[in-house]
Amino acid sequence: MTAAKRGRAIAWPSGQTLAIGAFVAVAAALAWLLFVGLPRWFGPEPQPLAAPVAADEPAVPTRRINAQLFYVGAGGVTLVSVEHEVPYAEQALDQAREILHAQLAPPDPPHASAIPNGTVLRAVFLTPRGEAYVDLSREVVTAHAGGSVNELLTVYTLVHALTANLPAVSSVQILVEGREVETLAGHVNLQRPLGQNPDWIQ
Amino acid sequence: MAQVAGQSAPPSTLTLVSAEGRRSLPTAMVNDREFVALDDLAAAFQLSVRQEAGAITVTYRDATIVLTPDQPLASVAGRLISLPAAPTRSGGRLLVPLEFISRALAPLYDRRLDLRRPSRLIVVGDLRVPRITLAHEPLANSARLTLESTPRTASTVVQEGNRLTVRFDADALDLQIPSVASQGFIQALRLVDNVTLAIDLGPRFAAYRASTQTSDSAARLTLDLLSLTADATGASPATAAATPSTPSTFGAPPGPADPRLFGQPPLTMRTLVIDPGHGGDDQGVRGPGVTEKDLTLSVARRLKSLVEGRLGIRVLLTRDDDREVPLDRRTAVANNNKADVFISLHANASPRGGSGASIRVAAFDAEARARVGQPSERVAVFGGGARDIDLVIWDFAQVRHADRSMEFARILQQQFASRVPLDRRPIGQEPFKVLESANMPAVLIEMGYLTGAQQAQLLQSAEFQTTFTQAVFDALLQFRERLTASGGSR
Repeated sequence: MTAAKRGRAIAWPSGQTLAIGAFVAVAAALAWLLFVGLPRWFGPEPQPLAAPVAADEPAVPTRRINAQLFYVGAGGVTLVSVEHEVPYAEQALDQAREILHAQLAPPDPPHASAIPNGTVLRAVFLTPRGEAYVDLSREVVTAHAGGSVNELLTVYTLVHALTANLPAVSSVQILVEGREVETLAGHVNLQRPLGQNPDWIQ
Repeated sequence: MAQVAGQSAPPSTLTLVSAEGRRSLPTAMVNDREFVALDDLAAAFQLSVRQEAGAITVTYRDATIVLTPDQPLASVAGRLISLPAAPTRSGGRLLVPLEFISRALAPLYDRRLDLRRPSRLIVVGDLRVPRITLAHEPLANSARLTLESTPRTASTVVQEGNRLTVRFDADALDLQIPSVASQGFIQALRLVDNVTLAIDLGPRFAAYRASTQTSDSAARLTLDLLSLTADATGASPATAAATPSTPSTFGAPPGPADPRLFGQPPLTMRTLVIDPGHGGDDQGVRGPGVTEKDLTLSVARRLKSLVEGRLGIRVLLTRDDDREVPLDRRTAVANNNKADVFISLHANASPRGGSGASIRVAAFDAEARARVGQPSERVAVFGGGARDIDLVIWDFAQVRHADRSMEFARILQQQFASRVPLDRRPIGQEPFKVLESANMPAVLIEMGYLTGAQQAQLLQSAEFQTTFTQAVFDALLQFRERLTASGGSR
């Protein structure tokens, strides 16, 4: 092979190569138009506060159920039941977790929560006998404002949130930072599971 | 698994009492909670302990307890129970909270296991280990010791030189000896063996008088230590065998101030215990310009002064300064002093509104009531025969006083009605820890709410506190009359 032949082969592609290149370029442009350009020009406005969707999350929409959550009534001495959508879960334990997350979240006005600010769910356990053990962060004690009515409202918010929504749960014992506690604020005995108390529901 | 974060007190011991004898079981304080080594329990109760795959398996015969590291829970023969703390490790040894004995081990063990924390005893099997409550009452020219045994236990009193001995017909005693003011009659109180209490006598002692009163479940031995100036005529220094069913006196009839029979109608209301809620680091509700702990102490002192001055009965406070007192200890003050009424004073708070006073009594579920309502248990005793054991379960002592407590609560409500603003729910039953173990009529009074400036100001005013304490005093007076007139037990 001569030097002239080598130089021509590199600098000037054949007609077949040019055709393939043109086809690839057109396909790429169409693909960009179809998957990027059109959605960008005609698609919905982006939601700046929406959480990014992980690539491996299923595309199906999350199924939700209506759960009864409990907030302090206007008189300050009872709880009122409010329907709230929470994600559906197949297992009772997962459903309990979803309900408690919703119950612990700061409520929308005008509702007031009896759960102290900053309280976080650490874990929840269910037993075959219908007892639920709800393990909360220390804020449920350290941020508690005290008073027996306040404490009863806190306790029965959690008791009713689980027992009213989950037939598998008949009583609830509250743990704090993974430990059994005597009381949250010096009154209500938390050393055994407590069942529903309709006196506190309006 | 949780590691030891700090041992806050030197090791202590429990005494294990069984038919085979007594042995010590060391304990350790970890983060202010008492733990016991699992290998010590294994040696004492023939357990095998195995650790595998992060779980601790404790086996007794065919039954197993599975402990999960970092979890204050245990599976006891497949049943989940809670523990106050997760297992921990110290010096290469596995430690479990003391409650492991009563909650996890006792349900599996083939003999009765009775953990008695106040007296540091673990009673194994059906032994006769009566609880002895000892009270000392100094009088003008004498001193009175009362020893109440539950269940009812016969005792023998003997004078040997400068000491009296009280020997109980039992296998061991569950007895905490209090410190007593001598006043020249008593120099020391001590146990000389498992079942015998010795009273070292002081220089003022001249003679004694003993009497025993019994009910179905308890016996009360009263020892009057008399001086030369007291009416000691006929008082016998001889051996006194006090039989359980026959009240016995020695040379003289019981004095007019003889204590009432335990469990029998009170002659009058003798002792009131007032519990000022919270204290120390536990401030309770923080209202504008006032904390609940200060308010309750202030009102408790007023009430004590009023009741002592006008009703003439003994009034004790569970705290008389700014310090934290555990809830069980508050109730223990009432139980140990044989109070006739227990009042816990509090102030309320609500996230929204709320106003007025309320009265609460303890609430128990059907299971708790059933446990207390079980008939006495008949057990064999040494020398043949049997006896009925009727123990009061500490956590549910209030159950049998529930009706009386509600009766007192209703009287309080009536007395408040025209004088003290009442809550929308003025009366009710709640699972309040401080009331559940009280072995007498017991109420918790919320005087009002501290969450509003106007109410906080009202509760701090002398006018309100005077009116409130007068209403409680009038209720106590009415309750005392009701008790005496009804002729029922307290």
